[in-house]
Amino acid sequence: MPATDDNLVEIRGMHFSRGLSKIFTGVDIDIPKGKITAIMGPSGTGKTTLLKLIGGQIKPQQGTIHFHGENIPAMRTRKLYAARKKMGMLFQSGALLTDMSVFDNIAFPLREHTRLPEVMIRDLVIMKLQAVGLRGARYLMPSELSGGMARRAALARAIALDPEMILYDEPFTGQDPISMGVLVQLIRSMNEALGLTSVIVSHDIQETMAIADKIYIISQGEVVGHGSPEEIDKSDSPWIKQFMHGEADGPVPFHYPALPYKEDLLAEY
Amino acid sequence: MFDWFAKVGKNAIDFFARFGREVLLFIQAVIGFATLIPRPGLVVQQLFSVGVRSMLIIIVSGFFVGMVLGLQGYNTLVDFGAEESLGVVVALSLVRELGPVVTALLYAGRAGSALTAEIGLMKATEQLSGLEMMAVNPVSRILSPRLLAGIISMPLLAAMFSAVGVFGGYLVGVDMLGVDSGAYWSQMQAKVDFNDDIVNGVIKSFAFGIVTTWIAVYEGYSCIPTSEGVSRATTRTVVYSALVVLGLDFLLTALMLD
Repeated sequence: MPATDDNLVEIRGMHFSRGLSKIFTGVDIDIPKGKITAIMGPSGTGKTTLLKLIGGQIKPQQGTIHFHGENIPAMRTRKLYAARKKMGMLFQSGALLTDMSVFDNIAFPLREHTRLPEVMIRDLVIMKLQAVGLRGARYLMPSELSGGMARRAALARAIALDPEMILYDEPFTGQDPISMGVLVQLIRSMNEALGLTSVIVSHDIQETMAIADKIYIISQGEVVGHGSPEEIDKSDSPWIKQFMHGEADGPVPFHYPALPYKEDLLAEY
Repeated sequence: MFDWFAKVGKNAIDFFARFGREVLLFIQAVIGFATLIPRPGLVVQQLFSVGVRSMLIIIVSGFFVGMVLGLQGYNTLVDFGAEESLGVVVALSLVRELGPVVTALLYAGRAGSALTAEIGLMKATEQLSGLEMMAVNPVSRILSPRLLAGIISMPLLAAMFSAVGVFGGYLVGVDMLGVDSGAYWSQMQAKVDFNDDIVNGVIKSFAFGIVTTWIAVYEGYSCIPTSEGVSRATTRTVVYSALVVLGLDFLLTALMLD
């Protein structure tokens, strides 16, 4: 199915399992161009796996993932690498290369993929660093950065090649309130200023609701609801309610599947 | 009984699957050598960390091994009145066997384990994944320069080991035990053959360089990305390298003496 003009990524009937555990069982997701789409769900539902599937690092057993109208799992390596140049990914850990400075990390994709003279690379890196507010930190090594700074440096690297889409893997997890605010603002301003398409994988409801244009909630391998933040907020689906209000028990059970309690206690040791 | 067969079969399949993955990774890394031509700096950097940083341990060990050979060789030869041949004994033992083998074992412990830990931690911290998402092939960017640097370094390190060992033997044999200096060198010059001894030793060290570095980069690249996984992979690098080097040494010696 070719992607319509409005959607940059279209996932249809995608199944993915790792060993015996089924991670996705028939997922349909549309990622509209120029918008911020959030993928939310409890931990362990394979949200990060979804980003890796979009990035072509792993292949689904069934179904299609169209990016710009082309099916990513069917791409040959060369084509896949070309497609990846149009994507940036912000890893949870930042994934900065630890043996080079912040400056060299951001220059890295430019040096790898372009033949720009060093003078121009310097200017580009400084511009990207200015955008994330780390121009002064360019000579630091990744080990000298705080968690929030590392994530901002990684964001600068993700936009170094001016991609069309950025995939954010849990951008808010483990950040203090100030860094969190900075990241929320950065994601929004990047999206507007650069005309990017953003995909955020997260379980931080407040921050995500504040910036997302469209939200998908996945649980136990399926999309259990999607819509604008307002629609999600008003939804009466028990899945969505449980997730949005953080109820301990509901469609996602509190207890890991087990024998009945009484039986377990009375069982022969 | 049936279970036992199933277990043997599973182990055999696992072994060959693993070997297949190792060979594929090796081929990919060798293909990646082509990408290093425009960027020799990547290899030079690795030559420094893999080769130059291993020099101290190789040189010190070579010196002591040479001194021990001098002592042991002298004590045996003197019974036959053949202590003048000490130079030959020391040089042949080093060039043909101890140089390549001991260097490879030390290299696996010093550089191989470091390579595995480095690559394993890059995997654990998502750096390899990050490279892939930046459309940079981690095999040719990370593994190829390390593999090439290892292959270049090993023969050079083994040559240093042997050269220093010959001087260690000289120190003990000539300066301490009184073997004639002229005899030490001239017998060595007369009996050590360039093709049979030196070239064969270089071939061995070259082969050991390939397998030890190959094992190191494979273990790092395929490790389970947790702290325990990296630690296990590092141990495996040293153990497998030692076993493969000693086994391969027997094989190569048998072929060369044939």
